[in-house]
Amino acid sequence: MVDAASASTQAVTSAVALSGVTVAFRLADGGVYRAVEHASLKVADGEFVSIVGPTGCGKSTLLNITAGLIAPAEGRVNIYGAPLAALNRQAGYLFQADALFPWKTAIDNIAIGIETAGTSRSDAHKRAREWLARVGLGTFGDRYPHMLSGGQRKRIGLAQVLIRDPKILLMDEPFGPLDAQTRQIMGSLLLDLWSADRKAVLFVTHDLEEAIALSDRVVIMSAGPAARIIGDWRVPLARPRDIAEVKLDPAFHDLHREIWQMLKAEVVKGYAQSGEG
Amino acid sequence: MPRLNLLALQALVAIVSVAIWYVFSTYPVFGHVLLPPFFFSNPVDVAAQIADWFISGVIWKHLWITLWESMLSFAIGSLGGVLVGFWFARQPRVAAVFDPYVKMANSLPRVVLAPIFTLWLGLGIWSKVALGVTLVFFIVFFNVYQGVKEVSPTVLANARMLGMNERQLMRHVYWPSALSWMFSSLHTSVGFAVIGAVVGEYLGSAAGLGYLIQQAEGVFDVAGVFAGMFVLAAFVIVIDAVVTVVEKRLLIWRPLAADARP
Repeated sequence: MVDAASASTQAVTSAVALSGVTVAFRLADGGVYRAVEHASLKVADGEFVSIVGPTGCGKSTLLNITAGLIAPAEGRVNIYGAPLAALNRQAGYLFQADALFPWKTAIDNIAIGIETAGTSRSDAHKRAREWLARVGLGTFGDRYPHMLSGGQRKRIGLAQVLIRDPKILLMDEPFGPLDAQTRQIMGSLLLDLWSADRKAVLFVTHDLEEAIALSDRVVIMSAGPAARIIGDWRVPLARPRDIAEVKLDPAFHDLHREIWQMLKAEVVKGYAQSGEG
Repeated sequence: MPRLNLLALQALVAIVSVAIWYVFSTYPVFGHVLLPPFFFSNPVDVAAQIADWFISGVIWKHLWITLWESMLSFAIGSLGGVLVGFWFARQPRVAAVFDPYVKMANSLPRVVLAPIFTLWLGLGIWSKVALGVTLVFFIVFFNVYQGVKEVSPTVLANARMLGMNERQLMRHVYWPSALSWMFSSLHTSVGFAVIGAVVGEYLGSAAGLGYLIQQAEGVFDVAGVFAGMFVLAAFVIVIDAVVTVVEKRLLIWRPLAADARP
């Protein structure tokens, strides 16, 4: 637990500060479903934080709150100290599902990220081509999303978000649907890109290993409904990290064991509640 | 199946059908002509009639009229369908108010409108265009409406996170999505434009393929009726081929599943 550490970051303005956030959805039968209850979380500027929790615990909901896509029923959301009233303009969001525009080529999909802000088409394309190379798809610019593999689509999505140079990066199980090898490669790519300018990252995953390997901090959520944040660990692994190597580090194993103890109980609870057990 | 084999088999179907038609309309079976030429004509007469039309050149004028009417119906109907479809999809309240009337209008058999259009717009091309428009409009309207409504929520959320304003959402998200739905119904709407034109002509006109067929029927010239139908069928196949080419161009971003269609 890192209560002391999180207290020390309080002095500096956090990139993201959720305090006492509760999210409720109105159900079709007139009832109210409280997805997240009194969740508080701070992400410092340049910090990589992962949120791990059982399925359906409201991890994505927290991201949507931070993105400004939905408003909390209670609690405050501050982005660099300012309360978030509408869409979070400082954040880039990499979605879990395919979010590329299927009618645009890869290069156009990346370029649109800055064209919306008024960059001319030719300038946008020039920068999009640089990003295409940066995510290792230099020769795939003319492909439409359906002609790309799942991993390639995620790379394009990453470039589409990063070309805007957001201060905060929100990622919702971005590598979830990919196979193990591709996940590893995507993880390394993400760390490479991130270490270049250290954005604040909020990374949602259900994969504890992935979370530890990538992050500075790992936050655990309880099973829903009324999910809350129940654990917060600092990852004591040095950077830069090699994702494959870091998993052999004894410190990695100790931390994994420690977090898993707590997570296991929640996962079991989560399965019982969602009826999937 | 190899392309040549397929073509050969397709030709075989035509040859066999025509041969059966020829045999049964020419030679008696047990003292009985199964397809009496008065009702069924025969392939030779029909072919002669078609050849005559093309050699004398009278057919071109009628083809052109029908084509022109179809194109106008398609253009006007599509434009109206796109505009109203967008409007309804973006204004759910308007859509809710008009919903019963849209359903009512769409369930009306369009043929009953033809005499009214003739009354209003005369015997010229416009009464036929109006009939075609009533057919095309609804197909395009429903597809565009659906297309705007069914934009993936993730793509929409992504577009908003990428900083798109209302106008950019329209241009980069709603518009392409609606167009893709509209184009996927291109075959149907173009087909209906032709139907509107031909039925309109058939019910009262001075030119066009429908007029040709109706004239032949009026004098019991069955060969003329069949000849008209064959020319019409060929006309539709040509138009359909053009639509396929256009569709391939416009929907290049779509997965190949569409190409797997027979």
